[in-house]
Amino acid sequence: MENLELFEGKLPVEKITNAWYDKYRNSNYGAIITFVGVVRDENKIDGLSFDIYEPILNSWFNSWEEKAKELNAIVLMAHSRGDVLNHESSYIAAVCSPKRRVALELIDEFVEDFKAQAPIWKYDIIKGDRVYAEDRSTSIKGSGLLA
Amino acid sequence: MVKVEFLGPINKESMNLDISNLSQLSEVLKKDNEVATWLQTCAVAINDTLVSSKDVKLNSGDKISLLPPVCGG
Repeated sequence: MENLELFEGKLPVEKITNAWYDKYRNSNYGAIITFVGVVRDENKIDGLSFDIYEPILNSWFNSWEEKAKELNAIVLMAHSRGDVLNHESSYIAAVCSPKRRVALELIDEFVEDFKAQAPIWKYDIIKGDRVYAEDRSTSIKGSGLLA
Repeated sequence: MVKVEFLGPINKESMNLDISNLSQLSEVLKKDNEVATWLQTCAVAINDTLVSSKDVKLNSGDKISLLPPVCGG
């Protein structure tokens, strides 16, 4: 997917965001909003680690592309697989829109829905162990069907 | 035969089962100690599409995925 990029390890933030800006600055989008997620040093972790299930991530992202298109906007995203140490970035989302208000609202919804629905699993890296971040995770809508 | 795969932290090898609906799958997985505790919080996809009802017929070759709670970013 052209506007969804996955990387092994930390994201090359400047490279990604500069490329997006260069690609879309001449497309007459009045607002380009970039959200960069940075791994925080907390709870004695050395970093975070991620598993991604790509087929469903692609369909989730595709539904957001459709939604953005209806507003004459586009969405962009980059995410890491594997380990990302503290103070590095694992997630970047962006919205380009002709209108400021649309971009501000869409980036909020896009990031929040990503957190709740995108098939990505997070682990804390603690002393070399990979510990599932169960307490920060959210069940996907419709969970419990087999219970 | 359908293939059942367990994503993310469930950490279990995939299974091949001779079943024709999700109710049968539920019965099998409830008896599996490694998976039973995950069922309440897992979403289910058939051939990479999330489903919201158990009322789906399974065909031989279908892939069923269990998706535990997520946290990207």
